[in-house]
Amino acid sequence: MTPTLLFVQSLNGLQFGLILFLIAAGLTLVFGVMDFINLAHGVQYMVGAYLMAAFSAWTGNFGWALLLALPSALAVGLLLEALVFRHLYDRDHLDQVLATFGVILFLNQGVKFVWGAAPLNVPAPEWLSGSVELADGLLYPVYRLAIIVAGLAVAALLYVLVNHTRVGMLVRAGASNAPMVSALGVNIRRLFMIVFGFGAMLAGFAGAMVAPILSVEPGMGDNILILAFVVIVIGGIGSIRGAFLAALMVGLVDTVGRSFAPNLLRLFLDPATASQTGRAVAPMLIYIFMAAILFFRPAGLFPAKR
Amino acid sequence: MNVTIKTLGVAAVLGLAATPALAQEKVKIGLLLTLSGPSAVLGQQARDGFQLAVKDLGGKLGGRDVEVIVVDDELKPDVAVTKVKGLLERDKVDFVVGPIFSNVAVAVHKPIVDSNTFYISSNAGPSNLAGKSCSPYFFATSYQNDQNHEVLGKVAQDRGYKKVYLLAPNYQAGKDALAGFKRHFKGEIIEESYVPLNNLDFQSELAKIASLKPDAIFTFMPGGMGVNLVKQYRAAGLADRIPFLSAFTVDESTLPAQQDAAIGMFGGSNWAPNLDTPQNKKFVADYEAAYNSVPGSYSMHAYDAALLIDSALKATGGKTDNKDALRAALKKADFKSLRGDFKIGANGFPVQDFYLVKAAKRPDGKFQTEIVEKVFDDYTDAYAKECAATN
Amino acid sequence: MTELAQTRSAPALPFGRRFELVPVILFAVFAAGPILASASGAEGYVLSLLTRVMILGLAAMSLDLILGYGALVSFGHAAFLGIGAYAVGILASHGSEDALVQIPVALAASAGFGLVTGAISLRTKGVYFIMITLAFGQMLFFLATSLAAYGGDDGMTLPERSRVAGTALIESDVAFYWASFFCLLVTYALARAVVASRFGRVLRGTRENSVRMEAIGFQPFRYQLAAYVLSGMMAGLAGCLLANQTEFVSPAYMTWQRSGELIFMVVLGGLGTLHGAIIGAAAFLLLEEFLPEILHTLGFMLQEDMRARLVENWKMIFGPLLILIVLFARGGIMGLWRRGHHG
Repeated sequence: MTPTLLFVQSLNGLQFGLILFLIAAGLTLVFGVMDFINLAHGVQYMVGAYLMAAFSAWTGNFGWALLLALPSALAVGLLLEALVFRHLYDRDHLDQVLATFGVILFLNQGVKFVWGAAPLNVPAPEWLSGSVELADGLLYPVYRLAIIVAGLAVAALLYVLVNHTRVGMLVRAGASNAPMVSALGVNIRRLFMIVFGFGAMLAGFAGAMVAPILSVEPGMGDNILILAFVVIVIGGIGSIRGAFLAALMVGLVDTVGRSFAPNLLRLFLDPATASQTGRAVAPMLIYIFMAAILFFRPAGLFPAKR
Repeated sequence: MNVTIKTLGVAAVLGLAATPALAQEKVKIGLLLTLSGPSAVLGQQARDGFQLAVKDLGGKLGGRDVEVIVVDDELKPDVAVTKVKGLLERDKVDFVVGPIFSNVAVAVHKPIVDSNTFYISSNAGPSNLAGKSCSPYFFATSYQNDQNHEVLGKVAQDRGYKKVYLLAPNYQAGKDALAGFKRHFKGEIIEESYVPLNNLDFQSELAKIASLKPDAIFTFMPGGMGVNLVKQYRAAGLADRIPFLSAFTVDESTLPAQQDAAIGMFGGSNWAPNLDTPQNKKFVADYEAAYNSVPGSYSMHAYDAALLIDSALKATGGKTDNKDALRAALKKADFKSLRGDFKIGANGFPVQDFYLVKAAKRPDGKFQTEIVEKVFDDYTDAYAKECAATN
Repeated sequence: MTELAQTRSAPALPFGRRFELVPVILFAVFAAGPILASASGAEGYVLSLLTRVMILGLAAMSLDLILGYGALVSFGHAAFLGIGAYAVGILASHGSEDALVQIPVALAASAGFGLVTGAISLRTKGVYFIMITLAFGQMLFFLATSLAAYGGDDGMTLPERSRVAGTALIESDVAFYWASFFCLLVTYALARAVVASRFGRVLRGTRENSVRMEAIGFQPFRYQLAAYVLSGMMAGLAGCLLANQTEFVSPAYMTWQRSGELIFMVVLGGLGTLHGAIIGAAAFLLLEEFLPEILHTLGFMLQEDMRARLVENWKMIFGPLLILIVLFARGGIMGLWRRGHHG
């Protein structure tokens, strides 16, 4: 394994991790502030991708499509909040799991009803569709670099929002003690709505960003939801900082581990066994990683203080 | 044609005995297909293909009215077993047609053939059903799973590629695919790369491919995985440099999403929409008119399954009770397949031609696969000799 | 927020003292199953459906033991189903087709897996517990898909149903139905005895307030671990039955979606009653099986193609139905039943 390859794989891990972060950020906020388990967060990512596909087909322009997709994703999130989630805040977690599972079933089937079961295509914008040569013969798509840049920008924006604005302060306070915030006269319902809508929009943004590189299809949010939960649990629920670090770690462990696990194992085992074991172990890596973290830190890396 | 899902089952569970006497004259076909989840598009293609055939045959098979009962296996083997038992014992179907996926095919095989019902696979062709576990009640209008991969192996060998990179998802069908490729390819395999099933991002594999510079890559990436791989392969600038050989990766179910990214990529198939026969031209045109999408091999196999049943029922005068006579008639396959040459071999699988196909954009802006060259003529699968059943 | 399911406690009265109508009716219906089946004209199908209800009911009930009584939300419970199923499949492929060998092996394997993963998982609480059990479930799932010798992802077909002491006792569908009935009944009785015992009271105590339990001299960890292992063994037994019912073993039995469905069945039926979980499983499976047909009937005034579309998209009805159940039927089906009786 050459250093260049390691570098490219790390870039891939970073890009995957940032997408995970965009989804996990909303999830961890909703969970931390509202104490609400939202399984439907994954379908909001899917809805973002579908809206992107629809607007991109309609306008024929990536930028306009993104501009239209974001507020629409926000609107879908707020609509769901008003119709379903709002009635679940004071219920226990199992009720929330069940009802939001119902939302998943409905929306997965719903997008199929509207757009058909076949995967959809979203073209990348012309000026981002080339690739740059990182090393001899190693081309890296510009669009992926754009995802990395966008992901980092959103992370920075979130950092500023959470740490240096009044709403951010309330969110932080809400994550450690929601009843107290409410008792201090803050309109907690409105805060919830803002947090919720924002989270939904972030997930929708992630979906819109990956639409040109991944296939847009029903159920695309299901597996990524599980990964997002892995991320927020490793990071510590309610912690944006934790979610950021955990997302990058999960991205790197998955991407780099997958390509280097067989090589590592070859140090101890004969090549045939190593590649077979490597193949069996690779998909388990993130789960082993999570179990290990939780073994040593049962409340994640950055547990909310309460 | 009458497509229904019986309400009888509800009554049956409540213990309200109700056996339909009037439905007796209709021949009943159970279509077991994956109609939910990300792979639903494949099941829809098969369902539409079958129903188009029934329509073209005037709503009758072998002169008898047809009742087609469509059930969704949800891609869960245990759900499929229960649903198949429902088809067999509640609806008392005469034929089961389907499924899409091999794991479902393996799971439902036993209950169907144990009940002495004819089982016509319109897509899945797992090796054990072609070989060791073959059954006189099983027929396929598709292929044995390995065969499409063998086409690409043969092509790679014939074109004199020295080094090939293999890429597949880490599950049984993926491993079978690579084994199928290697049956005819004798050059060097520089790497066999497996990714987790439902992998979305192939960037790490693409980086490796770029650094290893193989003469070609061969891959098996069905469904959404194939969409992602093709788009990312094109974006990484590899498509113009390293030939892309594939099976079930670039076809009519994925091309609507891959579009221009897939143009020029190769696949292996027993048929393509542009196969030049009058019957096929009519089929493609009718299918597009009715369902607004280009038919893939999933539709073609299902269409042929209906023709096969029709031909057999014609030979027996519409009777289904004499199983041996019906089997002999099915085996004869006395109908004109959309793909031209078509026979049923000793193990119930077809003996047919295979082609190298290539993704292309049609003048009307739609995408389809097109035949490049014939690779195998009257080709029998590798497992037929392991089959002991005398079909 | 760590005290999941705390608001819904099991009925305060100890079990077993008074006559209970629901379980009696439930088991009476199951006992009448073969008669209903043969009267329906589709015996094998109805039997197979009801057998499936009992088997997944057994699995859901085992989950209720820790979920309803210990507030331990295991999101990897399908792993035990898989262990049971693979014990049958792997042993059968090596020539041990006797249930008297397979079941003890399955129970031992489930207990071993439960002991190791439980000991690690119980270090965490609440959502962290949910996620770590999911992690173990996923590990086992991926392990099963990599078992090429046993069919890998495609799974494997059993040559025939398990034998019992060398005889083909449960080969027929009716006999197998009774075998499943027997397993469910015995396990149910056992679970009732467990929750009514001192052990069960301590377990409920840890759910309500584990600090206090510790203060009065109990070690919650031990009780929770024992319950987790016991529950895993019951689910393992269900796995053995599931493999025999479908005569097929596959990693699909232990996806995280299946674990989610089990939780779902328990909550749908009503937490902390044991028989509620079985009723929840029945409701879930029968709805899954018949909702398309019910929709077909209800859609009689629609045109044929709209009707077909409605039937095909039955999950668009199923999803909102779930939401409505949660919003308006607190405490699941058993909650409705209790309210119906007291109000």
